[in-house]
Amino acid sequence: MKITTALKAVSTAGALALMMSTAASAVTLQLHNGGDPGSLDPAKVSGDWENRVVGDYIEGLVTDDANAKPIPGQAESWDISDDGLVYTFHLRDGIKWTDGEPVTADDFVFAMQRLMDPKTASEYAYLQYPIKNAQAINSGEMTDLNELGVKAIDDKTLEITLEAPTPFFIEALTHYTAFPVPKHLVEEFGDDWTKMDHIVANGPYKIVEWLPGSYVHSVKNEDYYDAANVQIDEVYYNVLEDQAAALNRYRAGEFDILTDFPSDQYQWMQDNLPGEAHVAPFLGVYYYVMNQEKPPLDDVRVREALSISVLRDVIGPDILGTGELPAYGWVPPGTGNYVENAYMPEWAQMPYEERVAKAQELLKEAGYGPDNPLTLQLRYNTNDNHQRIAVAIAAMWEPLGVKVELFNSEVAVHYDALRAGDFQVGRAGWLLDYNDPSNTLDLLKTGTMQDGTMNWGNNYGRYSNEEFDTLLDQASTEQDLAKRGEVLAQAEKIAMDEFAALPIYWYVSKNVVKPYIEGFEDNAKDIHRTRWLTKNEQ
Amino acid sequence: MISYALRRVLSAIPIALIAVTVCFFILRLAPGGPFDGERALPPNVMANLRAYYNLDQSLPMQYLIYVWRLLHGDLGPSMVIDGFRVSDLIRIGFPFTLTMAMSAFVVATAIGIVAGMIAAVNQNKWPDYVLVLVVMIGVVVPNFLSAALLQLVFGVYLKWLPAGGWVNGSLTHLVLPVTVLAWPHAARISRLMRGSMIEVLGTNYVRTARSKGLGERLVLARHAIKPALIPVVSYLGPGLSYLLTGSLVVEQVFGLPGIGKYFITAALNRDYGIVLGTTILYMFIILALNLLVDMLYAWLDPKVRYR
Repeated sequence: MKITTALKAVSTAGALALMMSTAASAVTLQLHNGGDPGSLDPAKVSGDWENRVVGDYIEGLVTDDANAKPIPGQAESWDISDDGLVYTFHLRDGIKWTDGEPVTADDFVFAMQRLMDPKTASEYAYLQYPIKNAQAINSGEMTDLNELGVKAIDDKTLEITLEAPTPFFIEALTHYTAFPVPKHLVEEFGDDWTKMDHIVANGPYKIVEWLPGSYVHSVKNEDYYDAANVQIDEVYYNVLEDQAAALNRYRAGEFDILTDFPSDQYQWMQDNLPGEAHVAPFLGVYYYVMNQEKPPLDDVRVREALSISVLRDVIGPDILGTGELPAYGWVPPGTGNYVENAYMPEWAQMPYEERVAKAQELLKEAGYGPDNPLTLQLRYNTNDNHQRIAVAIAAMWEPLGVKVELFNSEVAVHYDALRAGDFQVGRAGWLLDYNDPSNTLDLLKTGTMQDGTMNWGNNYGRYSNEEFDTLLDQASTEQDLAKRGEVLAQAEKIAMDEFAALPIYWYVSKNVVKPYIEGFEDNAKDIHRTRWLTKNEQ
Repeated sequence: MISYALRRVLSAIPIALIAVTVCFFILRLAPGGPFDGERALPPNVMANLRAYYNLDQSLPMQYLIYVWRLLHGDLGPSMVIDGFRVSDLIRIGFPFTLTMAMSAFVVATAIGIVAGMIAAVNQNKWPDYVLVLVVMIGVVVPNFLSAALLQLVFGVYLKWLPAGGWVNGSLTHLVLPVTVLAWPHAARISRLMRGSMIEVLGTNYVRTARSKGLGERLVLARHAIKPALIPVVSYLGPGLSYLLTGSLVVEQVFGLPGIGKYFITAALNRDYGIVLGTTILYMFIILALNLLVDMLYAWLDPKVRYR
């Protein structure tokens, strides 16, 4: 496309949008979406801002309800075999892509094979590793894609076989990695099928325009099976990473929903926009990793001293200002398939002075004191909030005689250093990919040997405990959900009693929603599909 | 003159090659890569991605591949924005950035020159003081602050203008971003203009012109303006390239689809393709502008001759 035609196309689309929004009094949702989508292909996306767009235009077998609980999507129903290994999905009648082609079981088989194909290089393919042979294919050990445990019995019936019973599998299917792709288009256009000239949808919305840096624009898909109940006619997913600017535009009435806001504005919003700021628990943990491969943090006494002397209660309310809850364990409260309030260490209940005294004692035992002060480097990626927390925690460690050198770097450098083990204490965060405790506990699993080098994955601190690993393995085959929860809770206790990492707070989701928007339900996954929203007359 | 221009154009080729080479290797010295995010990628996925973008080749080989493609007019794929080639992104974003920068450039240059002249003629009187104040604000206030303030005043409180976003063909959406972009530029130009005008007004030939009885207007129009413009013109080239590359903040605060932000964010994301692509684009713009400015000198100053 030449520049002029590109401009023309954009301007006609813009003019069209303008006409549509004024003439037909279409209901338009202006959503502040944060980042610029890197892709619209469900096999290639990885961010929540991409999920908002992709989850509105493609629907999987299972989809999210207003509370982000799994409900039937393209599959009307499913049966699970008694051994928990075979799932049989029955697709709805009459479902089709927006180009008129039917959505078939084959589209799901094709999408899943494509996801696992190493050539696709999908970042999140591992989320569907519970499927039989998925990991083997994705890692290149197995080259025949047809060996994957996803089969079309006929056009309307899909059979998925798992490696082992996986209690959260239905939940995992709500993730975009399990979304179908239009086989007929991918075969014709390859990765270019998401280009505006080719893209189709099977979800409640279809994408009509994408202007990188500015917005993605979707309109309601009239062919969607539940279209009659979809209230919003079109959505703009606006790119804007500057949170202060986003708040200004919200106040100017240009955005209906903000998906993030500057923490320091929370108090102001509560005073001036009562009820509009939604702060809700979010499945994720903000933590510091401690490098246990080398001294001094290979000594559990040092790790304990550092952890118990962090006064977590002040971080959420006072330092961040948004009231994040203090974290003492590893699995966020509200995580499914788990024991309620599984881990709460005794020291968390001790008065802070006693904790500091104990920490001083521990450091002394470990050989540190006024004559031999402990010096630590604390790394974080450049960000105001990370810096505030690092400064506060360095101050909390001062009474222990710990000298902290703060070191910040941009995000790519930071994580590169964590992965290389080139740090002592480092800031990290984890948001759960699916609502199951194994998703966070896996972070503390011993690395695996690959081609002669140890691959530690996201276990930056290189924590390793055989008993912990055994319990996780045991849980992965345990079918009784309650029992599995107990086993995982035991594992959490082992890791946390050894101060495998230093959890600081549980994340919260921060949305700002205009009072005339209805159907926005706060939930722990912070997923709010547009089809559940209503915009009332203003 | 023409042969001079031709020689300048030809000499741009080795300059461009050196710039590409330096940029390519410096970029690789920075730790981290395009796929180092918050989450570790499984090693096989990482290997696939690296192979896909030729990052598994040796660095000299990657360089040769890049230059080979470049010679064929291919800037390569973006590593972070999937499905877009660098040239696609430039094609979408650059016309926008150019529109914005040119609007700001024209507005700011016109205002700057006129304001500088008024201030020079009224040296140390109130119009001069007002100008100095406005200029100081323009130079001192960082654009992310002026952007937020203008957004707040005109978008939120007065509701005269949209606080951001882009609707094609809408001029109102351009007013605030162009103002933010133009202000410091206009400020610098008016300062230059004021300074050189004061100097020119003190020269012998202006005194001669006055003494032979020419009116003040005629003196200004015929004898003072052209020579006073020379320092301004020499700033126009760098000034425009500053407007083109400096649109990052404006684009981000107002959510506009230009390429200014790629220049910075791509560097942070280690999106090698985009960084090199935008650098090459900007390099050519700057080379072209410098040539243009040198040509303008000859027209403005009879003392300057090119061989």
